Amino acid sequence: MKDNFYENIKVSVILTSLYLVLLSGCKNKESDTIELNKVNTENEVSIGTAQTNDYAVEAPPFSDGIFPCTDCHKNLIPNPVRRVLVDWHDDISAMFNHDSENRWCLDCHDLKNRDSLRLASGKLLDFKESYKLCGQCHGEKYRDWKVGVHGQRTGEWNGKKEYLLCVNCHNPHSPKFRELTPEPPPIMQEDIK
Amino acid sequence: MKNENSRRSFIKNISLATFSALALSGCNTKAFDDFLQQNFKTLSKKEKDIIIKNLGIKYKEKYGKEFHISDKPAIDGTLFGYALDLSRCVGCRRCVYACVKENNQSREPQIHWIEVLQMEKERGIDFAHSTAQYNPEKVPEKGYFYVPVQCQQCKNPPCVKVCPVKATWQEPDGITVIDYNWCIGCRYCMAACPYGARHFNWGEPDVPVEELNTEVHYLGNRPRMKGVVEKCTFCIQRTREGKYPACVEICPVGARKFGNLLDPDSEIRYILENKRVLILKQELNTQPKFYYFFGI
Repeated sequence: MKDNFYENIKVSVILTSLYLVLLSGCKNKESDTIELNKVNTENEVSIGTAQTNDYAVEAPPFSDGIFPCTDCHKNLIPNPVRRVLVDWHDDISAMFNHDSENRWCLDCHDLKNRDSLRLASGKLLDFKESYKLCGQCHGEKYRDWKVGVHGQRTGEWNGKKEYLLCVNCHNPHSPKFRELTPEPPPIMQEDIK
Repeated sequence: MKNENSRRSFIKNISLATFSALALSGCNTKAFDDFLQQNFKTLSKKEKDIIIKNLGIKYKEKYGKEFHISDKPAIDGTLFGYALDLSRCVGCRRCVYACVKENNQSREPQIHWIEVLQMEKERGIDFAHSTAQYNPEKVPEKGYFYVPVQCQQCKNPPCVKVCPVKATWQEPDGITVIDYNWCIGCRYCMAACPYGARHFNWGEPDVPVEELNTEVHYLGNRPRMKGVVEKCTFCIQRTREGKYPACVEICPVGARKFGNLLDPDSEIRYILENKRVLILKQELNTQPKFYYFFGI
């Protein structure tokens, strides 16, 4: 009888603690989703602040006089219709080779805020964080880049990693590497005097 | 009757002749010290300091340049490893010439520590059908891939085993080095190396003075002399200072990776744990610390 009583108490204690654990777990999950939603709905951008840079990277390689884009775009009425550009940026149109069948300028550049990039979620992004934009599609390259395996390495092997942006090596409008001229081959044995 | 050509008189004469020859050749004490210098591994800190100081003076006289000669030992807790991404290498040979420049390799006769082999995709890794002489307008060529080969820094190095004078050995950080002053130029190590990674100075090495790299390590890229063997040291003068090897920094496609195998957070460990990795001539049990991988 006594044994049974203790057994019952034991069981109820275990059950209660399990219930508590479950409850707290649920609560956490709930708050997580809320925060996630918050991030998703957030459509603000803080340009040029140090906190937004998760990786110490080189500056984006802008062509001379191209940035800030608003210098020209502030006086233009934004046109969201997909088209081939002819008057301006025709050089980019000509070379554009980055899933050109399916994409165009405003898939990565923002219609309203010309000085920032735009993720698929609608979140605006500083040019210094363009790797996040590339990482949307090139997930496994992004993963390797973050650990220092994809991309050129400089700096120190035992110090802080120095990162290049994706666009420091790949032209974002035509990312495939161009062929290189090789350095001269070694002297052949028969050519040695 | 007295024998004029006795063994005793021969030895007496030959030693007299040697000493007089030494005296006549104006042999100063420095050259004499050079001649009597012991194996680098057996030297005390004080002896090393003196040797390095004298070497600096010698280089200054010979090249008219101030050299910074280091004998920095291995950093505790490091074992260097190297990885090369075969899926990215385009065979441009930038690494070959960056290495030549960084490590003061002889231009004439030409010595290259890195050899880039072009291989047919259809054959796979096949040394017998590979060539280092490819020279098209543009690389990469269709249907080919490229395998740069340099010292593989074996954990079980056959070159070290065969050296009759122990002039080459493996350092605690895994780099196999050569004491050029102790090397007798027998080239046994070259015969033993299955990767063709060791090179012999058949002539007096010729490096344009304006292109000399004056940041040198005693066991690495200091100017060599005729008659000694040399090879890649993972840029010991750079890597022991925390820098990357010159070939890693120059690679335009980012195919070359370097790091500490004992550091679980290093790039090299990430590659070994997450990528498909191969080593060359695995069947020989040389256990290279130079890994080839497919990054894509």
